[in-house]
Amino acid sequence: MLEHYLPIFMMILGGVLFGIVMVKLNEWLGPRRPTEEKLTTYESGMEPVRTARERFSVKFYMVAVLFILFDIEVVFMYPWAVAFRELGIIGFVSMTVFILILLIGLFYVWRKGALEWD
Amino acid sequence: MNVETIFFYLLGAVFVGSALMMVTRRNPVIAALYLILNFFCLAGIYLTLHAQFIAVIQILVYAGAIMVLFVFVIMLLNLSDERRLSEAISFKKIVAGGLSVALLLELLYIFVYRKTDLPTLNAERSIEIGTVESIGRHLFTKFLFPFEVTSILLLAAIVGAVVLAKRRLD
Amino acid sequence: METLVADIWRSTPLVLLTLVGLIALLVEGSGKGRAAAVYWISLVGTIASFVLSFLSLNTEEAAFNDMILQGGYAAFFGMIFTASAFGTLILSRSYLRRLHTERGEFYVLIVFAAIGMMLMASAIDLIILFLGIEVMSICLYVLVGFLRTKLTANESALKYFLLGAFTTGFLLYGIALIYGTVGSTSFRAISAAFPAVSNQPLFLLGAAMLVIAFSFKVAAVPFHMWAPDVYEGAPTPITAFMSTGTKAAAFAAFVGVFLGAFQIAGSKLSEVIALAAAASMIIGNVVAISQSNLKRMLAYSSIAHAGYMLSGISAANREGETGILFYLATYTLMNLGAFGVLSWVEQKDDTKLTFDDYAGFSAQQPFLAALLSIFLFSLAGIPPFAGFFGKYYVFLAAVKADLTWLAIIGVLTSVVSVYYYLRLVMMMYFQPGGATVEEPPAQMAFIAVTCAAILVVLFGIYPSLIVDLTKEFLNI
Repeated sequence: MLEHYLPIFMMILGGVLFGIVMVKLNEWLGPRRPTEEKLTTYESGMEPVRTARERFSVKFYMVAVLFILFDIEVVFMYPWAVAFRELGIIGFVSMTVFILILLIGLFYVWRKGALEWD
Repeated sequence: MNVETIFFYLLGAVFVGSALMMVTRRNPVIAALYLILNFFCLAGIYLTLHAQFIAVIQILVYAGAIMVLFVFVIMLLNLSDERRLSEAISFKKIVAGGLSVALLLELLYIFVYRKTDLPTLNAERSIEIGTVESIGRHLFTKFLFPFEVTSILLLAAIVGAVVLAKRRLD
Repeated sequence: METLVADIWRSTPLVLLTLVGLIALLVEGSGKGRAAAVYWISLVGTIASFVLSFLSLNTEEAAFNDMILQGGYAAFFGMIFTASAFGTLILSRSYLRRLHTERGEFYVLIVFAAIGMMLMASAIDLIILFLGIEVMSICLYVLVGFLRTKLTANESALKYFLLGAFTTGFLLYGIALIYGTVGSTSFRAISAAFPAVSNQPLFLLGAAMLVIAFSFKVAAVPFHMWAPDVYEGAPTPITAFMSTGTKAAAFAAFVGVFLGAFQIAGSKLSEVIALAAAASMIIGNVVAISQSNLKRMLAYSSIAHAGYMLSGISAANREGETGILFYLATYTLMNLGAFGVLSWVEQKDDTKLTFDDYAGFSAQQPFLAALLSIFLFSLAGIPPFAGFFGKYYVFLAAVKADLTWLAIIGVLTSVVSVYYYLRLVMMMYFQPGGATVEEPPAQMAFIAVTCAAILVVLFGIYPSLIVDLTKEFLNI
């Protein structure tokens, strides 16, 4: 049974290895001659002011929450799509109702301006 | 020991390790990264249990969407000095820890000594249930009603998110 | 397809309320200043759903592949929830307008919460039960924190949300363990397997998790800590909603699982619930005495009332079940009424909520003082008000189930409770002062609260009006 997933594991393994190898290879092969100028944040001579760790705006939060909610909606479409043929018309209608209900949500979010970056 | 068992223990070890690393890290961003590793291992464990669908959801929703939210919250709170967050060991913590250990022992007792009381599971059937096709089949026939109710749940959550987090409301 | 259509017809109270909620949301999204329209749509929807529930009381049928049970038990609770939502909507309108924060979402969320409650009462599958609890809880988290600029509201919403989310964990873990031992989430299958699995440690662990989750939702000791803070910080109409509709929904689910799916009579589970009941009655009533804020006082009183009703579950007999149903129906009326009067007296900045602020209330507002007194007498369980019979039935059930000690604790703590309820009555009638309302209550709200008071008296004199309704579907 598990053999079916072998390509996926190979893929993940390959991806991880590729990342590690490339970084290490760069470290190993590339010449490293640091000078004081090179180690500054901006080599152009710009002095960095304040911390780079700025607080994120709460607006991102709105986007993230809405993303999750609609993402979960999409998750339900996956098994639906796979079993679509055997479900017949009932499957189609039930998914239509589901999407319609969430479309009302999208309509509401849109009209309330929650998708705008104000 | 077959391949599946080896995979299970391998993933389990990384799973527990990454969970421990996650709760002990000072920097919340690094903790979040360990949590992602943890989620991936959990997805792998689901796969060894032949729960295909759950494994996919684990990566799509948890490692994907939920983690985005976690990282946003970390950025939003922008904790400059994590050290302030760590508290001293208090009476409450000892009690909480004790209760957790008690629950763990209870569960271990059940799974190790009272194994005979556990219902026997049909492995063939559980393999059959976990596939995406079978989930789809059940979700849109027997569990059609809960599925539709989920849309109301999501809708309520959407309204709630807008009401609470939208900056300007008019 | 035909069965699906038939199922939809069978569950009209639920389907109709859902449609109304969706339409209300569409209207709210369609433009600015639609709050009034949303309010009226929601109001009409709850009334229609109430009537449909009432009409379906005599038929009890399973629908949607044995997921929900419509009519009978579910319809009875449907009436309680829609009545509670109706009252909350009316009280909210004047409350929000006074604060200048009227927004349509508030009403939409109340309707959605009522849908969640109806699902909880009609569930005969743990999946639906879980979904119902979540729909209700998510709406309530938002409603509690609706006044975003108020610090206490934020605090109480956050507390409620964090603890509520934690409880969801317990609930799901419990459901998973029960599914693991029984192999099904359907009440029917669990009920059939109960004798065989009831002594398995894994099943007991799952059932214990459910006790924890439900105890949190009904605010029973030792999972009551959230209640006073959340009740105090929430908008007063929502506090009324939480102490009536939410509590009734949680009890509907509690009874459905522990008396419907499980047969707990005389088991360890019954003993655990009896202990929680005793602790709730003692702690709720004793701590309520020392409260000076009326919302907190009523929060502790609601913990105590949860204790009285839990003794009915612990008794696990028909009398107990009838008692809880009667109790919840009347408790909804008296608590809605009491919080309604409170919301008229309280000021915008959360003042005028202590006992002292009611000194001389009867001289300024004789009718409102009389209404509040009726609700308080009923809460204290003094005959001939409805609250007396509620207590009478659950204590009788406890005695019949050989839990006499529980009934004795109940009676003794009820005596204690008379002190703090009557303290407010004394304040209104015998203390000199100029307590009054800021502006006269809105006409509809006033009529609704008056009706609640009339019903409290009516059901106190003729308790059979409700008891006969429950007999139809409880098959006594």
